[in-house]
Amino acid sequence: MKIVLNGEPRVVGAETLSALLEECGFTGRVATAVNEGFVPASLRIAHILKDGDRVEVLAPMQGG
Amino acid sequence: MRTFYGTELANPLMLGTAQYPSPAILEQAFRESGAAVATVSLRREGGAGQTFWQMIQDLGVNILPNTAGCHTVKETVTTAHMAREVFDTRWIKLELIGHTDSLQPDVFQLVEAARILTEDGFQVFPYTTDDLVVGEHLLEAGCEVLMPWGAPIGSGRGLNNEYALRAMRSEFPDTPLVVDAGIGRPSHAAHAMELGYDAVLLNTAVARAGEPPMMAKAMALAVEAGRLAFEADPIEARDMAEASTPVIGKAFLS
Repeated sequence: MKIVLNGEPRVVGAETLSALLEECGFTGRVATAVNEGFVPASLRIAHILKDGDRVEVLAPMQGG
Repeated sequence: MRTFYGTELANPLMLGTAQYPSPAILEQAFRESGAAVATVSLRREGGAGQTFWQMIQDLGVNILPNTAGCHTVKETVTTAHMAREVFDTRWIKLELIGHTDSLQPDVFQLVEAARILTEDGFQVFPYTTDDLVVGEHLLEAGCEVLMPWGAPIGSGRGLNNEYALRAMRSEFPDTPLVVDAGIGRPSHAAHAMELGYDAVLLNTAVARAGEPPMMAKAMALAVEAGRLAFEADPIEARDMAEASTPVIGKAFLS
């Protein structure tokens, strides 16, 4: 399936959001959004991805 | 020292974590400043996020995530929810930018976002202008802290409108107030505290200084001096001299 992950087009095998994180090597502390909507960590395992989904995986970063 | 949503801060300095020459210098700056709050953000994970998270935890300070770069209520609210999960805090520094060059907050959307996030259980620190009416609306929306700008973010201009900041302090005597943004020098930070502000939030002035840890310490001393000065009830300025040495007892020698 084709998705957009953090702005980059990707072809992935994962069918759920939690599987996607595992497939793409996100093991740390991250927050997720799909199609501009927040998906809490507890709901990732049940969140089925669709072709064309836009997934954002955000992490702690420096800020002012 | 006033409390911020029930949390008493050891020091009225809130320090940003961006733009330092290195993580080691950032850590030194925090140590030198004794800052009680660190602002942080969320960005796309590129590998550095987990190291940064560990370092921030090791600082042992209160974490205040921001919504920097957001321009709409929707993306601001979504970002806040993501930050709450990642940083495990209800605190959110609400930034909702309305103007590209000045990074001036869009105060109309800001009030709306503040209301939504308060209802969602957040403790909102709104980055706002020095407008009294906007301040009233933010308090009505549930904010218990206001953070008016001193000057545009990163400009280092100090307090652009002292009159407005003074009016805000007078209008909201019971609300914790923070001057957020625009501080360039310790004298600016001291000035804000002398007006009776409860804290100062700054980043660029320290991070971009030639010696960030030294500037961090200078800022810490300045906010402490300004706070003490406010509590000590300073004299009013006057137009003409008033001799401080007693006239009585002066020898007649002319």
